[in-house]
Amino acid sequence: MTKDNMIQVQNLTKMFGDFTAVNNISFEVGKGEVFGFLGANGAGKTTAMKMLIGISKPTHGAATVAGYNVLTEAEQVKRNIGYMSQRFSLYNDLTIKENIVFFGGIYGLSSADIKEKSQAMINELGLHDMADSLVGSLPLGWKQKVAFSVALLHNPKIVFLDEPTGGVDPITRRQFWEMIYMEANRGVTIFVTTHYMDEAEYCDRVSIMVAGKIEALDTPKNLKGQFQVDSMNQVFLKLARNIE
Amino acid sequence: MNRFIGFIKKEFYHILRDRRSLFILFGMPIVQVMLFGFAITNEINNVDIAILDHSKDVNTKEIINKIATSKYFSIKGFISHEDEIESTFKKGKIKAVLNFEKDFGKNLVTQKKATVQILTDATDPNTANTISNYVGSILQNYQQELNKGLNMPYQIVPKTRMVFNPELKSVYMFVPGVMTIILMLVSAMMTSISITKEKELGTMEILLVSPLNPIQVIVGKVVPYILLSIINAAVIILLSIFVFKMPVQGSLFLLGAESTLFIVNALSLGILISTISSTQQTAMMISLMGLMLPVILLSGFIFPISSMPLPLQLISNIIPAKWFIMILKGIMLKGVGLAYVWKETLILIGMTIFFIALSVKKYKIRLE
Repeated sequence: MTKDNMIQVQNLTKMFGDFTAVNNISFEVGKGEVFGFLGANGAGKTTAMKMLIGISKPTHGAATVAGYNVLTEAEQVKRNIGYMSQRFSLYNDLTIKENIVFFGGIYGLSSADIKEKSQAMINELGLHDMADSLVGSLPLGWKQKVAFSVALLHNPKIVFLDEPTGGVDPITRRQFWEMIYMEANRGVTIFVTTHYMDEAEYCDRVSIMVAGKIEALDTPKNLKGQFQVDSMNQVFLKLARNIE
Repeated sequence: MNRFIGFIKKEFYHILRDRRSLFILFGMPIVQVMLFGFAITNEINNVDIAILDHSKDVNTKEIINKIATSKYFSIKGFISHEDEIESTFKKGKIKAVLNFEKDFGKNLVTQKKATVQILTDATDPNTANTISNYVGSILQNYQQELNKGLNMPYQIVPKTRMVFNPELKSVYMFVPGVMTIILMLVSAMMTSISITKEKELGTMEILLVSPLNPIQVIVGKVVPYILLSIINAAVIILLSIFVFKMPVQGSLFLLGAESTLFIVNALSLGILISTISSTQQTAMMISLMGLMLPVILLSGFIFPISSMPLPLQLISNIIPAKWFIMILKGIMLKGVGLAYVWKETLILIGMTIFFIALSVKKYKIRLE
């Protein structure tokens, strides 16, 4: 285990009764890496992710996130990660500013800190006109951008993004990925699940889960070489068919 | 602490910006109290009464005339014997009988004092009460006219008797009942909905991933409703005192404390409901079917528990509202102190602890 590994997963397993949702998976994610976590619906990626962010307990195996054990140091893990879910992460009936103040508050930021950060964020996203409007009135793409920035408020070492661009138009998706790269360049580790195979191409490394197991894990380039195809989409299809 | 205050602030935003929940919170209590209040204590008009005059003198004639000319009563018959009173009432038309004693006028002159009995049909206790008050004030009016310029005043003594329901058991029952329903509804239903709303929208997940621990999340969600429910309880009590002239005989402080206890009890039920339902709709249905109906039907609010079949009487014991209504009645109507309601209070405390313990257990299972 190298010192730079932000996520370290060993033989992680989650069973629901007789059903094995996550079957003995192991992988590492390095600092500043954009790690794509792919899989069809029901392949177990959300369950795996829930164990990493400390809201679901593994049946077997171990995992450390930001250097802390998810089983025994959940509190520390939570302080060091940001999380944005495919379902909406902000409150629609609060304004952008109020959302920032609220989430800053629950992560224990001081009011001065919150003020400074929300100003910076509003400037960065160009939200001056909308800062005081209800989040519910924003277009989905904007909401997701704000949600991403809010997930980063407390300077987490790792951000978990659960299908962050679901239902968002291609241009906004592009912009969203630019934001992701910017954060990765700042040294933030990005752990992202997605359904869009074009997005998989943007990741440094990609893992593909099928039926609870990680069936492939490499850079997009290597994976395409290994399966002798020219898009991640084809990698994915080939893999899924082979298994079946 | 700071982050906790931030959390509570956010919860207030949710409540204040959702018109529907605002209406349930504040519109409904007022509408309900008014509705129940006026439906039960409506004014009387042209109530049929009968006269039993043993004296038939000038004074009784004058009094009968006064009553006949008032818009509240119309005299629908004269009876001549006590034996006829019950059968008169049983026919159902006549709501009151005025029974003048023998030698009414003579007694008034010689003894300065005469007695008239007001018998009312108390199957409808509120009307019965109103009737006897109105007759009483007509009598008093007449007495004042007689006494003008006299230094030895005449005294007409009305003696009220309720027939069929002498203790007037359901008078003022509506205030404790409505208060219980509203506190149950606001506290339990609103909290369970607001917690399941976060589950449904997915924001609960975000909160659980944050450093706030689950208990903090729940307490943060519940505190605003405690405050709002206490305001609600105060509004209801004030309305009943000033609009419906309902007396509060006992200590207001005890009343407040017991109401807070019941609010916390209802909130813990709300939390429990939210742990077993995953959508707002389910939470609402469970609250309505599981809480509201029993509160209305089995708490003794509308249907007296003592006349229920035994199995229902037993079931009524596990309904917190029953005990709270008993406490409310004791404090508001009888003016008793904690020494008389400690048993009910202990039961409520016990139930609250039980609900909280159960929800904590359920909540943990959900997080596994």
